[in-house]
Amino acid sequence: MGRQTRKPSLDTHLVAGNGLLDRRHLLAVGLAGASAALPLLAKAGELNIEPWMTTPGAPFEGYGRPSRFEAKVVRTFVSAPNTGGTGSARTPLHRLNGAITPNGLHYERSHNGVPDIDPDAHRLLIHGLVERPLVFSPETLSRYPMESQIAFVECGGNSGALYQKEPADLDAQGLHGLLSCAEWTGVRLSILLDEAGIDPKAKWILAEGADASGMSRSAPLAKAMEDSLIALYQNGERLRPSNGYPMRLLLPGYEGNMQVKWLRRIKLTEEPTMTRDETSKYTLLTPDGKALQFVFPVEAKSVITRPSPGLDLKETGFYEISGLAWSGYGKVSKVEVSADGGQSWGEAVLQEPVLPMALTRFRMAWQWSGGPAILQSRVTDETGYRQPTRDALITRRGSRAIYHFNAIASWGVSGDGKVSHVYA
Amino acid sequence: MSMRSLVAITLAILAFGGLAMAAGGTRVAHPALGRTATTEDVAAWDVSIGPDGKGLPPGRGTAETGEAVYLAKCVGCHGEKGAGKPNDRLAGGRETLASDQPAVKTVGSYWPYATTIFDYVRRAMPINEPKSLTHDEVYAVVAYLLKINGIISDGEIIDAQSLPRIKMPNREGFVPFARGQ
Ligand code: HEC
Repeated sequence: MGRQTRKPSLDTHLVAGNGLLDRRHLLAVGLAGASAALPLLAKAGELNIEPWMTTPGAPFEGYGRPSRFEAKVVRTFVSAPNTGGTGSARTPLHRLNGAITPNGLHYERSHNGVPDIDPDAHRLLIHGLVERPLVFSPETLSRYPMESQIAFVECGGNSGALYQKEPADLDAQGLHGLLSCAEWTGVRLSILLDEAGIDPKAKWILAEGADASGMSRSAPLAKAMEDSLIALYQNGERLRPSNGYPMRLLLPGYEGNMQVKWLRRIKLTEEPTMTRDETSKYTLLTPDGKALQFVFPVEAKSVITRPSPGLDLKETGFYEISGLAWSGYGKVSKVEVSADGGQSWGEAVLQEPVLPMALTRFRMAWQWSGGPAILQSRVTDETGYRQPTRDALITRRGSRAIYHFNAIASWGVSGDGKVSHVYA
Repeated sequence: MSMRSLVAITLAILAFGGLAMAAGGTRVAHPALGRTATTEDVAAWDVSIGPDGKGLPPGRGTAETGEAVYLAKCVGCHGEKGAGKPNDRLAGGRETLASDQPAVKTVGSYWPYATTIFDYVRRAMPINEPKSLTHDEVYAVVAYLLKINGIISDGEIIDAQSLPRIKMPNREGFVPFARGQ
C-alpha cells in the first residue's frame, strides 16, 4: 500500500490524543503542510477527455435515480422465517453525509409487509373519549393547515447488538442503521383532536395502522397535543409506502415503533391499551426480572459514520471523522470525539442548523499517524445529559434489555487501516 | 367580497370555532372538515381490547377446541405446543426472567394481560392470513395458549367475561420507565 506522510507541522493544532486536530486551524495547517512538503503530482492519464464529454448524455426521465456507480448505497434487510416483510431494512449510514435521509433509503421496520394502500379508500378515524368521532380522508387532511418538522425516527431496537457480550462483526448500517431523518410535513394532530372535542378523562391515545399486522401502540395524549403530526409528506414528496403512505403518526423524538405507519385510527382512552408491542416487545428486561415499560423518547446518542467498517483507511494523513448525534429530549449541545478509546476528547464541530429531535452532523479533523486508534464519540444534549459508556449502561440495565441502547460505540482502527467494531 | 358573504363566512367560522387559541397563544385555523362517524362505523373499526376487556366480541372457546385451531393454523410456524421454531416460542420460560441466562419471553412467561393475546391474534395472526379467524376460533386458540402455559385448565371457557379476569403470571413484572434507568 503506497503510504504517504504529510504531517501537520504544528503540534498546537492537536486538541486531543492520537491526532485529533482543532478544525478552526485546519486551513492554516493545510497551508503550512503545503509549504513543508509539496503535493504529489497527478498521475499520468488522470486528466483525460472522457467519453461523456464528447457524446450527448441520457434523455430526461420522470423520476430520477442515483448514479449507477452508487449501486452499493442500498438498505440491507432481514425478515422473520416464513415471512417476506416482518423485519427491518437498514439505512446505509456510512455511505451518506449530511443529516437528511433520502426517501428510498429511510430505514423501515414492518410487522407484516408494506400495504398497497389506495389513498381514496383510506380513512383515519378519531374516536373514543371525544365528543364527536370524526373520519378524515387523505384528501380532506390535505386541505388543513400544514407544517413541517425535520425529525429523526429511530427504532427502539437500534444498536441492540451492543448489549451482547462480544462485539458483533458488523458495520454502521448493521449496528445502527435503524435510524433516519426526514422533513415531515402534515397536519398537527392537536387540531384534529380539538375538533373531535377531548373528554377530560382521556389521558392516552391508541394509534393503529392499516397494515396486515394492525400495528398498534399507546402514547400519552399530552405528547399528541404538544408537537405531533399526521405526516403526509416526507422530504417534499408523499410518504413512501414503506414509511406509512398515505399517512403516519409523527411523535418527534419517540421510539420509531410508536410513530405508527399507515395510520387508520386514533382512539382516546383513559389507560394504555397494553398492546403486544408495548408489553411483549419494546420493554426492557432488567437483571432482577422486572421490565421497564413505556420508554418513549430515545435517549441522547451519537455514532461515527466515517471512518467506520467498510471504509478502511488507505493511507496515513488527514481524515475527517464524521458522524451523527441526536436526542429525543431536545437539541444536541455538544459532541466530543476521541481517537484513543476515551482517554482524551476533543470537541467536534456541529453542522448547523442544530434542531431538536433531528439528526445533527458532527465533524472532527484527524491526522492518522498509521498507529492503532479507537474512535469514539459522545454527545451531550441540551438537558445536560451525556451519553454514557457501554460499561455504565450495562451495569445499570444488564445485557438482556434489547431496546434503547444508547451508550458510546467504538470503532477500532488497526495499523493497516482496517476499521472494525470493538468494545473499549 | 360582498358584505353578505363576509357575514356568512364569519358565521361559519364562529359555528366551527374557526380559529382557536393553541398553547403559546398562536391562533390555529380549525377547518372542521371531518365527517362525523356513526356508532356502527366506529364499532366496525374499533378492534383494540384493553385490560378491562371492553369491546370483546361475543363468542367463546376452550383449550380443546383451541387445539384444533392451533394444529390447523399455527403449528407450522410456532411448533408443537408452542415450542417455537421457526417463529416465536409461545410457551414456557417463566423461570428465565430473573436470571443471568437468556430470557425466554413468551405469552406465558412475560405477557402481563390475557386480553392482549386476544387483541393481537385477532388482528395479526396467522401471519399469512391475518383477520381470518372467527371470534370463536380466536377465543379457543387463546384458551389453548393459556392452557399450554399452565394458566387455565382444559375445560375452562374463555369468553368476554372470563378473559379479562385471568391473572397472568407476570402481571406485576413491569415498571414505568423514568429517565436515567
Ligand atoms: C406463517 C407463519 C405464522 C403462522 C401460521 C402463525 N404465526 Fe404467529 N407469528 C409469526 C411471526 C413471524 C410472528 C412475529 C411477528 C412480529 O414480530 O411482528 C408471530 C407472532 C405471534 C405471537 C406473538 C409472540 C410474542 O411473544 O410476541 C403470537 C401470540 C402468535 N404469533 C400466535 C399465533 C397463533 C395463535 C397462530 C394461529 C392462529 C399463529 N400465530 C400463526 C408467524 C406465524
